[in-house]
Amino acid sequence: MLAKRVIPCLDVKDGRVVKGVNFVGLRDAGDPIELARAYDEQRADEVIFLDITATSDDRATTVELASHAAAELHLPYCVGGGMRTVADMRTMIAAGADKVAVNSAAVLDPALITQAAAAFGTQAVVCAVDAKAVAGNPNKWEVYVAGGRKATGIDALEWAREAARRGAGEILLTSMDRDGSRDGFDCALTRAVARAVPIPVIASGGVGRIEHFAEGIIEGEADAVLAASVFHFGEMTVRQVKEHMRSQGIPVRL
Amino acid sequence: MITVVDYHKGNLQSVERGLAAQGAAVQVTDDAAVIARASAVVLPGVGAFGDAAATMARLGQMDAVREAVDRGAAFLGICLGMHLMFAEGEEGAPDGGPNPQGLGLIPGVVRRLPDHDADGAFYKIPHVGWNLVEWVKPESSRLLGSVSEVTASASDSPEGTRKRTAVRDEALEGEDGVLAGTAASRVPAASKSGGTEYFYFTHSYAAPESPATIGLTTHSVTFPSAVQASDRVFGVQFHPEKSSDAGAQLLRNFVTLAKES
Repeated sequence: MLAKRVIPCLDVKDGRVVKGVNFVGLRDAGDPIELARAYDEQRADEVIFLDITATSDDRATTVELASHAAAELHLPYCVGGGMRTVADMRTMIAAGADKVAVNSAAVLDPALITQAAAAFGTQAVVCAVDAKAVAGNPNKWEVYVAGGRKATGIDALEWAREAARRGAGEILLTSMDRDGSRDGFDCALTRAVARAVPIPVIASGGVGRIEHFAEGIIEGEADAVLAASVFHFGEMTVRQVKEHMRSQGIPVRL
Repeated sequence: MITVVDYHKGNLQSVERGLAAQGAAVQVTDDAAVIARASAVVLPGVGAFGDAAATMARLGQMDAVREAVDRGAAFLGICLGMHLMFAEGEEGAPDGGPNPQGLGLIPGVVRRLPDHDADGAFYKIPHVGWNLVEWVKPESSRLLGSVSEVTASASDSPEGTRKRTAVRDEALEGEDGVLAGTAASRVPAASKSGGTEYFYFTHSYAAPESPATIGLTTHSVTFPSAVQASDRVFGVQFHPEKSSDAGAQLLRNFVTLAKES
């Protein structure tokens, strides 16, 4: 049986790991490769490097990181942040990334997903979706872009379905309401998306306690759970998280 | 020297570095003449069956790989590279057209994984993440030697490892020398975690059942996740270069075998 994955997310700026709290107030949390290796030793199932300030000017730093990671890491990794074209994605995959995550650019031009899936295979294309609850409607979420700063009016479930239809291999789903809150995943959102698409969903945003991971899997029906600061600041190890998940009956690789 | 076949579909660094980390001298090439003379060949997993098979055929790599294998070269196909060991694959077949042809080292057609199991329960495709491989013929394969041991001990405290070592030693009693050091003798060591190992998978198509199957994995269906076509010819559906300690051990076993060429 496929194990449920635990994925540390490394937000990277200028080659260093930082963690945004609600996408503002950055704190430095170390060297991305060293951290990723430590997570490999803790039994992380993969890691995601998110370049949070990527523009075409500083893309070179991230390409270097992807290449360095290919040499140093023996687990799968995904690189995201600021990818605008298939050429951007090709550069990252050529550098060694197993997967690339697209977000804003795909919302603007959904054909980017189609093209990327044709070029690299669906397994290499992760569609990152930042969603925020629509006030007054408990079962509706809106897609945000530009690092969560800009509302699009697009329904999150509709967008996730379209991304899957176009060939995305996974959805990386971040709750804007929960990100940085430490209140746990938005399980209603996660479950709605997980049921809407035939591809794996990675739950993201809101982990504060060890029980939150199992909740994301059991209540949110996610295939993988992602967190950043609780790992970076040593509040818990990936191994402890997986041991807790296993105690809740969830299949994990330990 | 291990020759990694480059069929122009993307990044081969992880495979190259994974082999090098286990002490192999590695060359990456698309040159059919070099591949045909190789003493050990790795066919990595990048792209889609139809596309990769067409490129390999155009570059003369299909015949070159067959020639190397016929001459007794050690061979490891990874992911799509394992698919290409089979006679045909439906991935990338033109609508209504014939299936693209693979190397034909093993008969059968590589087909898309179904998204439902026998009871109608829904499964997500691609099959991506860490899944268990159950070794069905561990005694026959040198590729698997001590993979279980590594997986078991890596995930345990020193105390747990000692306990398991004791269990394994008991299991080894009475075995002849042929089995010592193979996964067969390690099964008791890993039995607490299912007698199997976790490896990293990412694929939508799967190989057919055949007598070559040495490992099985279950998603929507149970499919061959490792094959052995002859003493020195192997294929794995998962990515050992992305499978942490267990994957490193498997690559080390292949490198050891390749050095005997």
